[in-house]
Amino acid sequence: MDYFLQQFLNIGIFIILCHGLNLINGYCGQFSLGHAGFWGIGAYASAIYTVFNTFQLPPELNMLIAIIVGFISAAIVGLIVGVPTLRLKGDYLAIATLGFGEIVRIIIMNTEFVGGPRGFTGIPNISNIYWVWITAIIVTFFMIRLKSSNTGRSIIAIREDEIAAETMGVNLFKYKLFSFIVGAGIAGIAGSLFAHTQLFLHPSNFTFMWSVIILVMIIFGGLGSITGTIVGATFLTILPELLRFFGEEVAQFRMTIYSLILIIFMLLRPQGLFGTHELKIFKRGLK
Amino acid sequence: MTQDQIYYLWDILQYFINGITQGSIYALVALGYTMVYGIIRLVNFAHGEFLMLGAFCGFYTLRLGLPMPMAVAMSMLGAGIIAIITERLIYRPIRNAGRITNLITAIGASLLFQYGGQILFGADPKTIPPVITDKILTFGEITISTIQILIIAVTAVVLILLWWLTMFTKLGKAMRATSFNLNAAELMGINTNFIITFTFFLGAALAGLAGILMSYTMTIEPMMGTMLGIKAFVAAVVGGIGVIPGAALGGLILGIAENMVAGLYKASFRDGVSFFILIVILLVRPSGILGKNVKEKV
Repeated sequence: MDYFLQQFLNIGIFIILCHGLNLINGYCGQFSLGHAGFWGIGAYASAIYTVFNTFQLPPELNMLIAIIVGFISAAIVGLIVGVPTLRLKGDYLAIATLGFGEIVRIIIMNTEFVGGPRGFTGIPNISNIYWVWITAIIVTFFMIRLKSSNTGRSIIAIREDEIAAETMGVNLFKYKLFSFIVGAGIAGIAGSLFAHTQLFLHPSNFTFMWSVIILVMIIFGGLGSITGTIVGATFLTILPELLRFFGEEVAQFRMTIYSLILIIFMLLRPQGLFGTHELKIFKRGLK
Repeated sequence: MTQDQIYYLWDILQYFINGITQGSIYALVALGYTMVYGIIRLVNFAHGEFLMLGAFCGFYTLRLGLPMPMAVAMSMLGAGIIAIITERLIYRPIRNAGRITNLITAIGASLLFQYGGQILFGADPKTIPPVITDKILTFGEITISTIQILIIAVTAVVLILLWWLTMFTKLGKAMRATSFNLNAAELMGINTNFIITFTFFLGAALAGLAGILMSYTMTIEPMMGTMLGIKAFVAAVVGGIGVIPGAALGGLILGIAENMVAGLYKASFRDGVSFFILIVILLVRPSGILGKNVKEKV
């Protein structure tokens, strides 16, 4: 039972992470490869709060504050990274964010009071399946509302054509930065939930490979689709477990299969499984 | 000067020389990145994996008991042929699909080689059979191994040859024309598909050369190219992507900076230095040190 619970937890966390990355990559079209960095910042910042705070608060309140700390810390770093790098375009932005993600990991590695290369232990177990899934549902709902709002439409306009959007009076920098900060913050939320369910953090949880895995998830589902995000995160989280049915040998092919998914989707269906389409329940009709 | 200060200066000189050696490897890999990017604006993430595949080709050649020059030739040829196949099967169909699609595909290809390599070669690090006898030369307080000298010399020769190839041959002229404007070059009767394939081959062969040279100083494993490839790309961007001398300059800057920081400050910051330099360069001079400013056209 614990095993299924763990998978269920992971699905929830990855749905949140994918929503964050989809806001940056899918809706706004700004290609970021440093999502694991924001995830790590949220995880470490919230864990620092819960481990070192001395207030006598009930665990529920503590968890809520931890989530807020995760969001704010990742969002602030998103602001710091976003302001200079969002001037860059396409592959340059991708490399700059990749570099940022690695720098975050190296800084964590060299910070002694969060354990450095030994990992961060002693995090209280205050999150659970309800926290993860209620947050995932709230974030999903937020994304549905955002997508059909004025802000969301401006962001999508930037993805479609920057010059046309600017001509229509969309403030490019403002909306790019908005999506970058909020996307980073959402990754921070996922980080705080991750920290308080895993109870152990290690810098190698937040390598470039994880940024790519999150990217594969949203590309699989469809860049810019909420349905796609959920389907992609769910399917690719349980895929390695499904592969176990074919024996341990096959289960080791996980990353090879991910890479094949990336290549085949890019060759045959670059818009992903759902493209920008949505299932009915994820459309604006839900009010 | 006190004795300590003198030792400190010797240390700096030693790191400088180690940095040039490492920078030469970066430069060799960065050349391929720069050439491919210059021609089709593709960040070939799988380039570091060509290095890994080249190293493995050389490893298996040496294991068969063949001599060293044969191993070098095989690793260059092997990496080059794999690059041609990759270009033909994966990159060519999506060449006009947009830069982000290209980038994602390249990441996919890179992962495929890494993890496919783990299945094929096994994940355990391997040491190549010692065919070159490594001598350590000492000058004052600094030590240089013959392999370090070999790496630096080979890089210098390759750079000169490459400069000659691009500047003074018909093929080089065609390459420059293609990178200047692909469509116009095609209208002038240049077989651009061939030029692109050749560029991939050449870049991957240089990466394979770097791979076999590197494997004398460290073990080889399927993940060896990942970080190195990314750093070589950083080197290419720092020097000015699309510019061949830029790749060499960027590689040297990165190699020296990394060794200085690792030696004088903290070894665990080694990987951070190059990304820090990258971000600074992208913000101050996005086209790189030797790059020309290109205005975005509407």
